[in-house]
Amino acid sequence: MPPVDVDATVMANLRLSREYSVLSLAAPEVGARTRPGQFVMLKPAGVTDPLLRRPFSVFEILRDSRGAITGVSILNKRAGRSTKRLYDLEVGDVVSCLGPLGLPFTPVSAPRQAWMVAGGVGLAPFATLAESLAASGTPTTLFYGARTSDELFYLDFFGRLGVTLVLATEDGGRGVKGRVTAPLEQALKSVGADGAMVYACGPEPMLEAVAKLAARYHQPSQVSVERVMGCGLGGCYSCVVPVKHGNEEANLVRSCISGPVFDGAELVWD
Amino acid sequence: MDLSVRIGSLTLPNPLIAASGCFGYGLEYEQVVDLSTLGAVVSKGLFLKERQGHPPPRIVETPAGMINAIGLQGIGVHRFVKEKLPQLRAHGARTFVNVCGSTLDEYVEVCKVLSQAEGVSAIELNISCPNIKEGGIQFGCSLTGTYEVVSAVRKATHLPVIPKLTPNVTDVASFARASEDAGADAVSLVNTFLAMAIDVETRRPTISNVMGGLSGPAIRPIAVRMVWECYQLVKIPIIGMGGITNARDAIEFMLAGATAVQIGTQNFVDPFVWGKVLAGIEDYMTRHKVERLSDLIGAFDPSPVRGDKPVVGTNL
Repeated sequence: MPPVDVDATVMANLRLSREYSVLSLAAPEVGARTRPGQFVMLKPAGVTDPLLRRPFSVFEILRDSRGAITGVSILNKRAGRSTKRLYDLEVGDVVSCLGPLGLPFTPVSAPRQAWMVAGGVGLAPFATLAESLAASGTPTTLFYGARTSDELFYLDFFGRLGVTLVLATEDGGRGVKGRVTAPLEQALKSVGADGAMVYACGPEPMLEAVAKLAARYHQPSQVSVERVMGCGLGGCYSCVVPVKHGNEEANLVRSCISGPVFDGAELVWD
Repeated sequence: MDLSVRIGSLTLPNPLIAASGCFGYGLEYEQVVDLSTLGAVVSKGLFLKERQGHPPPRIVETPAGMINAIGLQGIGVHRFVKEKLPQLRAHGARTFVNVCGSTLDEYVEVCKVLSQAEGVSAIELNISCPNIKEGGIQFGCSLTGTYEVVSAVRKATHLPVIPKLTPNVTDVASFARASEDAGADAVSLVNTFLAMAIDVETRRPTISNVMGGLSGPAIRPIAVRMVWECYQLVKIPIIGMGGITNARDAIEFMLAGATAVQIGTQNFVDPFVWGKVLAGIEDYMTRHKVERLSDLIGAFDPSPVRGDKPVVGTNL
């Protein structure tokens, strides 16, 4: 489905913490087209600062009480000027929302399990993926790491979908103390004969560790990368990542149109 | 209402051209814009061979602009002719190919390949990329170099030749004149301004190449001035660009002397910009009772504005 550009009204901007918010946008055309793992390019409408839009995974596809799609939400973490502007938006403000963009996750189905590995704001693409996996009856686990227990969000949401939660916090406030890759490796050691598809999104060192762990235990992985992105449509060539197919030399590939989801085994890590 | 413009022997249905390096090979945008509705599409810069370009990060946003150093990643002219050109033709796109070279011979060679291909409307000669040492800037920053490379390419192809000029010189107009003297059919300007942004927290570069080219609304007034300077000195058509975001900006360039305009950075911001600018131009023509858009070319009246009242309606 081709992307559309919508001047989307902010329906809600739920501050989860001083850094994180869930920004809900009235963009039914975008929501209806989005598949898990795809992204939108956003900026506050009508301003030249920021000039360029920023890419965000679609977090939720929003529906009204009758089930009709009303829009999308994004999980925003205040990091720079642009994300601060989005964090500060109020209901009624307007956001330019272009999407959906990029290649989605490839779904798996039972008996293979789905393991989603999220680090921090890397939780974003997994809400829609979890819904789709739940709909197909695929046994799903979320390995979810954050700095503190206060930054573990939407646990009830995933719980309601029947997702098994494996949590890790750097301060040990909840779940395993340390990185989420530790419990992931434990699980990989005893993965059953039907195997697991490992989905990952989060900081680049985590993605590298997850992709390498999956490969070590002979499980396939799909990794959602984040790069500085200018356009989201393949025009600017800024968001490239090194990708290697088989024995070919690595090529710099645009993550906006050939990703953001890549086969973890094909990404080349510096 | 006639929106067509002429660049040498070419007639474009309207003056809006997708700028090189800002529109991939055109086909990336087939889902969001009917390529045949654009005046023309300029390809990414092409050498004879494929290039990987610079490592990321390749862009950084700056106030009302962005700095890029992509490093001319590209598939090379042979793959372009084989893989992209037939599809561009099928879409009815008028395709300008942006030609790069490390040497005079490479420019000539790439142009010969394109001359034998079907579906190329013109050659935009990239003698102005600020981001790679061997990207032609050594030609673009020297009057004799500009004259030599344009002459050599002129002899090698029947296609219209349009050198793309760098603003990183003292007097752009003299480079437009050198291009005209060497047989260019038109000139396009400006390429990006050499620029740099430092991450003050880390004291490190913001992009891998350290320096890059600044584009976007931040450069527009400088680019308009340069187009005006060139318009006063040369007779060949000028394709103007630099931070165009809407119809007002496009018309500003035409009044300063541009026959056509290119849009680059704004296409990143809004890939649906094309229809909006065209509609805005038509609205302007209606409001100002302009029947032929080409009548606006160079129609700027530089006589001094009197009085201390602000000029109304400029919407800068």
